[in-house]
Amino acid sequence: MDDATETFYSVIRRQGITRRSFHKFCSVTAASLGLGSLTASNIAHALETKPRVPVIWLHGLECTCCSESFIRSAHPLIKDALLSMISLDYDDTIMAAAGHQAEAILEETRAKYKGRYVLAVEGNPPLKEGGMFCIDGGKPFVEKLRWMAEGAMAIIAWGTCASWGCVQAAKPNPTGAAPIDKVITDKPIIKVPGCPPIAEIMSGLVTFIVTFGKLPELDRQGRPSMFYSERIHDKCYRRSHFDAGQFVEEWDDRYVRKGYCLYKMGCKGPTTYNACSAVRWNGGVSFPVQSGHGCLGCSEDGFWDKGSFYDRLTTIKQFGIEENADKIGMAAAGVLGLTVAAHAAVTAVKRLTHKPDRAAGKGKPS
Amino acid sequence: MLDRGKLLTADDAAPTDRSIGGGVAHVYAPVRLWHWANAAAILVLSLTGYLIGTGTPAMKGEASRNFLFGYIRFAHFAAGYVASVGFLLRIYWALMGNAHAIQIFCVPLWRGCFWREVYQEILWYAFLTGDPDRRPGHDRLAQLAMFFMFTQTITFMVVTGFALYGQGAGTDSWQYKVFGWLFSIWPNSQDVHTLHHLGLWVIVMFALVHIYAVIREDIISRRSFFSKKIG
Repeated sequence: MDDATETFYSVIRRQGITRRSFHKFCSVTAASLGLGSLTASNIAHALETKPRVPVIWLHGLECTCCSESFIRSAHPLIKDALLSMISLDYDDTIMAAAGHQAEAILEETRAKYKGRYVLAVEGNPPLKEGGMFCIDGGKPFVEKLRWMAEGAMAIIAWGTCASWGCVQAAKPNPTGAAPIDKVITDKPIIKVPGCPPIAEIMSGLVTFIVTFGKLPELDRQGRPSMFYSERIHDKCYRRSHFDAGQFVEEWDDRYVRKGYCLYKMGCKGPTTYNACSAVRWNGGVSFPVQSGHGCLGCSEDGFWDKGSFYDRLTTIKQFGIEENADKIGMAAAGVLGLTVAAHAAVTAVKRLTHKPDRAAGKGKPS
Repeated sequence: MLDRGKLLTADDAAPTDRSIGGGVAHVYAPVRLWHWANAAAILVLSLTGYLIGTGTPAMKGEASRNFLFGYIRFAHFAAGYVASVGFLLRIYWALMGNAHAIQIFCVPLWRGCFWREVYQEILWYAFLTGDPDRRPGHDRLAQLAMFFMFTQTITFMVVTGFALYGQGAGTDSWQYKVFGWLFSIWPNSQDVHTLHHLGLWVIVMFALVHIYAVIREDIISRRSFFSKKIG
């Protein structure tokens, strides 16, 4: 693992990449991070002088969609990020080593770069039965996670699994799957939610950490603010139809063809913080709302447990039947209305039948 | 400002204070002003809130020529500000006004006599007893309903409303800075939307009972709380 001490620049020069291409890459990365033109030279300087940051990529309970997304990054290209920028010492999905060799790399990195490596975690650990639902390298994943987290500089929680729990933590959560921040409490954790997160956000975040040697500014929920400070709704290209009051009513009506707002179809855009409507997917080609389907809210906490993907209100199960807030409220108001009407009727009857009594007994003004 | 002990004493003593005779206008004026401003704001908030929750029928023409949903949301936000500021003034009046003004904020649940009066009023509303004692201010059941269904709900609606508004205004807005802590409790704002909807229905139910009780009281006991407020 000696190559982890060399710089990004020396690595790419060895690979035959010209200095001109290197500066192009720096400019494009600066632009994709939304930084000023001067920052391009800062990035170049950092990549020329700073040792490459070792990254350990662990996989817990997950579906590998984060990895699938990551390897499709266009800005920066994933081959640049993987082969040159970071020193991805361990990632059991894409590494060449296997078995005892692979496990030896973990030991070595942990000892050699204590407090300097970044631990990227895809998926989350199950906690019930001592974590026996996810065995990795012969021991429960939760133990491996704790062990590797001890020596890490920071932890990146890739995807909704590691950030919030996602599908394996959805009710009734038989394995006790829990997000990373429930297990590791003494290290900075960067949440990068999304199922999967956008490729450019993932590689952009890695580039930021490698370049500046520090963590980006995080919001209240531990997400990098530069990517998660606005909702899908805030930059949605259908927003003008929302403000105009033009909504799709059915999946096959003419408003679908006109590209009206999907709010009434249960689009979760107004409650979902992510950069889909700004960065988009697959190199900026499209994103769910653009392809005609409402946002599912995959980067939000517990999005599997909030009822239908086609209803904007959370399903409330405490009432025995699955209903949403408006139906419950309307029913309660209706029952109350009937009660009031009945009470009024009884009052009227009482008043008519006891009129002489009341007239005699009353008569004092307030 | 009165200290807490004094307020509680005043609150507790209020129903037996029969010395207000002709000063009804003086006793109720600021509260009555607030009541109707608040009622109007809540009416606008409920109607626009329901429309925002369910969406409007599609408007014809280009998006650039329509702004219906924008106007509905504007009315909701404007009425929200009116209700919030009004509620703050109402809290101020509860502390600075007369002894009755604090009744909707402070219910003496720990007093035996309070529960005896509640029991009497339940009998009265269940047609099991004759005329209960008439006193100025709210009766005890009304006080309970106001505190648990109105005061608490409206506080909740103001907080959740501003938090949701802050999401639209941006994470650097004062609304998000002041009320954004709500999203530490409910990280997914969909839950906050849902609870905000439920709050609407609590307010609707309160309004139903409130209006019925007031009209009924006005007709039956000639207490004329209602006609005085209207008049």
